Amino acid sequence: MEKFFLIIAIGMCILILFCLYRAVMGPTVFDRLIGSGFIGTKATLLIVLIGYVYGRVDMFVDLAIGYSILNFIGTIVIAKYFIKKGHKE
Amino acid sequence: MKTLSMVMIALGFFLFAVATLGFLRLPDFYSRMHATGKGDTLALLLFLLGLALYEWSCNFTWSGIILGLKLLAIALFWFIASPTATHALLRSAYEAGIKPWSKGKDFLIDKTNKG
Repeated sequence: MEKFFLIIAIGMCILILFCLYRAVMGPTVFDRLIGSGFIGTKATLLIVLIGYVYGRVDMFVDLAIGYSILNFIGTIVIAKYFIKKGHKE
Repeated sequence: MKTLSMVMIALGFFLFAVATLGFLRLPDFYSRMHATGKGDTLALLLFLLGLALYEWSCNFTWSGIILGLKLLAIALFWFIASPTATHALLRSAYEAGIKPWSKGKDFLIDKTNKG
């Protein structure tokens, strides 16, 4: 079962690379923003999977909780910021 | 039970792959948001549910139960937070003045600009 988790984690890393293309080359600011949010979602799962591979899930799941909350707060704050600032690109 | 959790995790991974494909291929900001905002939520829910089932089937001790509940807490939080973040981002993009993509209108605008 650890092998299955490892395979899924490697596939997730490849998907993160594909998302990174859009997050870097995106035409507007908001494309980059949803790219970073999507990468954050995948990284939350990646942390849990790495915990299963290492055999220390009880530590890594707390990191995953913190990371998901930080991702949500960051998205909300940046969205608020861009309402005020407007979109120039 | 392990097979069920494996199926759920594989299904979640498939949904992530579909969401990434839509994120790369769709033409507009709003349609990209549609692809990620929906695929993301269901994929993460399936993934964490499968992981919690695996944890409970592996060791049904006190610490294992708490670990599975933590995984389900992440799933519940993200089930509320992800549509909220999607909504806030879409609203800010609409206020910032990004036009939705439409085939006929863009064609007309291009033609008038050229001529």
